[in-house]
Amino acid sequence: MNNAGIGKIQELIYDLSVGDVMKKDVISLSPDISMYKLKEVLRKNRISGVPVVKNGCSVGIISIEDLINWLTKKGAGSSVKDWMTKDVVTVYEDEKLIQAISLFDQKGYGRLPVVERKEKKVVGIVTKGVIIESLLREIEIDYHEEEIRRYRVSHFFEDVTADSVTIGLIYQVKGGDVMNGGAVAGNIKKTLQRLDIKPDIYRRVAIAIYEAEMNLIFYTDGGEISVYIKPESICVNVQDHGPGIPDVKDALRLGFSTAPNWVRELGFGAGIGLNNIQRCSDKMIINSTVGRGTILDITVNMETL
Amino acid sequence: MKLEKIMKILDAEVCCGTVRNDWDITMVGASDLMSDVLTFIQPDTLLLTGLINPQVVRTADVAEVKVICFIRGKKPTEETIKLAYDKDIVLFKTQCSMFKACGRLYRAGLVDCLQK
Ligand SMILES: Nc1ncnc2c1ncn2[C@@H]1O[C@H](COP(=O)(O)OP(=O)(O)OP(=O)(O)O)[C@@H](O)[C@H]1O
Ligand SMILES: [Mg+2]
Repeated sequence: MNNAGIGKIQELIYDLSVGDVMKKDVISLSPDISMYKLKEVLRKNRISGVPVVKNGCSVGIISIEDLINWLTKKGAGSSVKDWMTKDVVTVYEDEKLIQAISLFDQKGYGRLPVVERKEKKVVGIVTKGVIIESLLREIEIDYHEEEIRRYRVSHFFEDVTADSVTIGLIYQVKGGDVMNGGAVAGNIKKTLQRLDIKPDIYRRVAIAIYEAEMNLIFYTDGGEISVYIKPESICVNVQDHGPGIPDVKDALRLGFSTAPNWVRELGFGAGIGLNNIQRCSDKMIINSTVGRGTILDITVNMETL
Repeated sequence: MKLEKIMKILDAEVCCGTVRNDWDITMVGASDLMSDVLTFIQPDTLLLTGLINPQVVRTADVAEVKVICFIRGKKPTEETIKLAYDKDIVLFKTQCSMFKACGRLYRAGLVDCLQK
């Protein structure tokens, strides 16, 4: 697994400190602020929780769940200090990232205030999102970049836990969108290259996705391609909402194709696509229901040698 | 084989990209079916095709083909050229038919990518 950028992420978790990645311009509230005001702050800044700070020091944390509790139960005071979680766990800015990640893992926290050692003043905040963003930046995958937006990535979510990392990408593909046909596959190929995935592996993944993407464009009203990159394998899930394949065994036969003329004129419809996917993957499962849609699962292992 | 020599053999002209001297092509793949291309193609192969739509470039990109030559004097569409430019893929065109183009390249010592 030494070739994968995922390994690099794992190393970074032990190298970088919380202070390197934390969000510095923290929005915080004082304990005496009213819950109405909290609602405003969360909504305006589109955040789900904030640290509560008194004289620069952490005294609590309050989140959207607390706000909901207050809205539904009312009673007992209406300032932040009455509803916040008081025994907050914080991390020091000089602690390694792995420390913060372990806390997220074990305790299920959504965010951790970051404090400096001397006076314990709050200097930042980390969430899983902030950590992932900075890790991807470190390995030069900027998921805000123009090119990805152009290719309609609706989602870029991931999971980092103490002993594994999964990067997930979800792309929307429009039915009939021939002009962009293959753009998703090309984009994924580039991302896998940047993650230092071995050429033999990323090529197989890219070809399999390309075939699946073209099938979405030619035969369906559109669908979704999700790619999960893990240290041991790359899993691809392709889903559409119809029309479904009447007989999957037929469709898998080399040469079987229902492609209309306009598809053939573009150089497709040889009935090879699904076979290509099978050949490129270590595991392929197709589930299809006429009227409902098709789900295609592909796994490509990252063999060690 | 250097791109320049391939161009001479095919009487080809450049439609897009720069003819780089450091690229060495040893294999050729020829097809008008994209899925077919993806079954046999190998990186750094020259792709001969009669199709001129952008899909050819997308296919080449996924297969890591850096040079495409269009046969029978076909001119790639503007979108195709634009995309090739984006993907750093060199486009040629030749008046040769598929048969002639393959024959000439074969005689010059290039091999089928299925053989490698
Ligand atoms: N997502 C899908 N929804 C509905 N039908 C599908 C889907 N994917 C494939 N099919 C059907 O399965 C057939 C075989 O697909 P396959 O990709 O193997 O070949 P093709 O698309 O016809 O030709 P090629 O891929 O060689 O260009 C298609 O012609 C189509 O009828
Ligand atoms: Mg197909």
